Amino acid sequence: MSDATAPDGSVLAADGTPLKRSLARSLRLQKTRALLLVAPLLIFVLVSFIIPIGAMLFRSVENSQVADTLPLTVAALQDWSPEAGTLPEEPVYAAFVTDMIAAVEAKEHTKLGTRLNYEQTGMSSLFRKSGRRIKRLDTESGAPLKDQLIAVDKKWGDVETWATIKTHSVRYTNGYFLNAIDMQRTPEGAAVQPEDKRILLKLFGRTLWMSLAITCSCILLGYPIAWLLANLPARKANLLLILVLLPFWTSLLVRTSAWKVLLQQQGVINDILVWLGMLSDDGRLIMINNQTGTIIAMTHILLPFMILPMYSVMQTIAPSYLRAAKSMGATNWTAFWRVYFPQSVPGIGAGSILVFILAIGYYITPEIVGGTKGVFISNRIAYHISSSLNWGLAAALGAILLAVVLILYWAYDKIVGIDNVKLG
Amino acid sequence: MADGSLSDAFVEFERVQKSYDGETLVVKDLNLAMPKGEFLTMLGPSGSGKTTCLMMLAGFETATHGDIRLGGVSINNIPPHKRGIGMVFQNYALFPHMTIAENLSFPLEVRKMGKSEREDKVKHALDMVEMGAFGGRRPSQLSGGQQQRVALARALVFEPELVLMDEPLGALDKQLREKMQFEITDLAHRLGITVVYVTHDQTEALTMSDRVAVFDDGRIQQLAPPDTLYEEPENSFVAQFIGENNTLEGVIKEIRGGTCLVQLDDGDLIDAKPVNVTAVGERTRVSIRPERVEFNKDRLSPDAHLLKATVKEFIYMGDIFRTRLSVAGNDDFIIKTRNAPDQVRLKPGQEIEIGWLAEDCRALDA
Ligand SMILES: Nc1ncnc2c1ncn2[C@@H]1O[C@H](COP(=O)(O)OP(=O)(O)O)[C@@H](O)[C@H]1O
Ligand SMILES: [Mg+2]
Repeated sequence: MSDATAPDGSVLAADGTPLKRSLARSLRLQKTRALLLVAPLLIFVLVSFIIPIGAMLFRSVENSQVADTLPLTVAALQDWSPEAGTLPEEPVYAAFVTDMIAAVEAKEHTKLGTRLNYEQTGMSSLFRKSGRRIKRLDTESGAPLKDQLIAVDKKWGDVETWATIKTHSVRYTNGYFLNAIDMQRTPEGAAVQPEDKRILLKLFGRTLWMSLAITCSCILLGYPIAWLLANLPARKANLLLILVLLPFWTSLLVRTSAWKVLLQQQGVINDILVWLGMLSDDGRLIMINNQTGTIIAMTHILLPFMILPMYSVMQTIAPSYLRAAKSMGATNWTAFWRVYFPQSVPGIGAGSILVFILAIGYYITPEIVGGTKGVFISNRIAYHISSSLNWGLAAALGAILLAVVLILYWAYDKIVGIDNVKLG
Repeated sequence: MADGSLSDAFVEFERVQKSYDGETLVVKDLNLAMPKGEFLTMLGPSGSGKTTCLMMLAGFETATHGDIRLGGVSINNIPPHKRGIGMVFQNYALFPHMTIAENLSFPLEVRKMGKSEREDKVKHALDMVEMGAFGGRRPSQLSGGQQQRVALARALVFEPELVLMDEPLGALDKQLREKMQFEITDLAHRLGITVVYVTHDQTEALTMSDRVAVFDDGRIQQLAPPDTLYEEPENSFVAQFIGENNTLEGVIKEIRGGTCLVQLDDGDLIDAKPVNVTAVGERTRVSIRPERVEFNKDRLSPDAHLLKATVKEFIYMGDIFRTRLSVAGNDDFIIKTRNAPDQVRLKPGQEIEIGWLAEDCRALDA
């Protein structure tokens, strides 16, 4: 053998350095070059995808507003417990006034009010009102600030107000997540929301089952079309494929609005049914602004995402399988069910994952045709982001949605096996 | 030409035509009759309509015109799954989502056969192709040759009387192919089944079949046992297609009993056997096998016509010598000689004279 060997048994390269090191060196250049090539994409993904999502998820637990704005108050409240049912002592009020004066200076007090208003209504106006008058309080004479503050607004003489401030003074909170599942953070720990405020779990449930219904109807409608695509002669198949893809070239908003025209009570479908005599004029079907409308419109919009993966799988199933089955005595149905269908399952799986995940986070279509009964959790998220500005809750809802998708993905992998999924 | 009539025919095509597009006929006029137990091969270039014929027999294509009969009964209106014909496909078409045993069990299940009987038959069929140990595997876990055997076993497991095979060995390497050729014919004869076998490989056709139907242009050009096909091709196409062949073109000068005199285009005269030429003055293409060309005058009759030839190339191939000559303006005239101790090795540039027995040189259509 001409290979040089070091005393420890490792192979040496021609110049005497260990082979491993010399290989690593020669590969390093290659790796650096490859890294440089993908660097723009990497940075783009980092800046536009990972960082924003990370920041959003962080907001679902981040809660430094109270602690930052009222540092002295929070420290003073340390020894106070709302369970006793008595108001905090004078030092707490003194600390609060000091904090508040600083907050008003920095114009932070209204933000704090908004934050606490998510937990207890009335907090926003309380802080705004107190902010306006805080400078007029007499801090020099030594008159008890407690009484002065209660004179400004009698809510300061309410144990609940202080309990809320203390409960939400932690820097990292599970409060948003509790809210997201219809619970709330209280001094005594987690508790369910009052009946009239519990809507989110129901909305999650509705989002899941409607997404499932949409996925199922996409499978039922998409399977025959995908089969046709895969089995028609090339020219006709191409035409059909264009028809399938056509919706992608029209605005989503236009397509959804078109369904409004078709489905409404004075709309095309009802008119035709009445004209055909299948419905009486006052028995017109309600197919819009409810779950039916959402399911119909979203099935239509998501159908291509079901058809395309199915088609790409079916294309690979050679016609000779069906012929073989029939030559062995199987009827058309048996040949399809025992031979063709099992081989097309990976396509159904891929399409279903795609459609389900798209459906679960869909926003525009339910917003337009869903009315109040047909909206999804994402519409609620949008509401909290753009109207109520409770970004923490929106982030918690989003995080839960993400977790649900990941769990479903994991379950699918366990049951069907993600290797069996073919997207093309 | 191919004769369709046979008194005890098992498989019969009568005046069958097929067109896919309504404009061109892919199968033009197919007449064919096979007795039970025959191994018949359809041989022809790609696109000559072999698969189409097989698919019509299996029921996956309908004949545009004509009658196909199985056991004397017209099957034009019987759906494929009721024909009871076993098939082996070129890509095997083994169901990828089933194990080997499940694949074989499938035709028995659709026949509603009991479980224990099914298992017996599957085992028997797998043993028959020496794949008994592989029942639990998936098709993708087998080699090409093993898949081929399984496909064969699957086509035989429900004991069909007729088995169709469409280029079943096309995907195998040469050695495996030769082994499987032997195994398939052996199995077919042992089980006494009737086989219609499709291939474009003439060696395969010649070695395996009882009879070969040579297809071209949607017609059977010749239907004959392998030796007849090779030695007595009935037209230029068959002569060209089967085995290696030299052709020279010319005009018939004289027809006398079993022989004729042909004047080649450069003026030389040769002897030939008239096959499908009838009149003096007709153009002809004469065909002669490379191994039947003789350049040792002692072995030719004294009055045989000889041709001048120039040696262009000498190729040593081990068991034979292959020599390329220039004869009567044809630079691709091949002769083959056996590598014997006394055999002459020709040298390029050498001038020789060649001849042959009149019956080895067939005057065919131009
Ligand atoms: N399903 C089909 N549709 C239209 N034309 C076909 C079809 N199948 C075969 N053909 C045409 O018929 C001719 C014969 O094909 P085929 O029977 O497959 O020949 P072979 O098997 O001898 O190669 C070819 O020209 C082919 O293009
Ligand atoms: Mg073919």
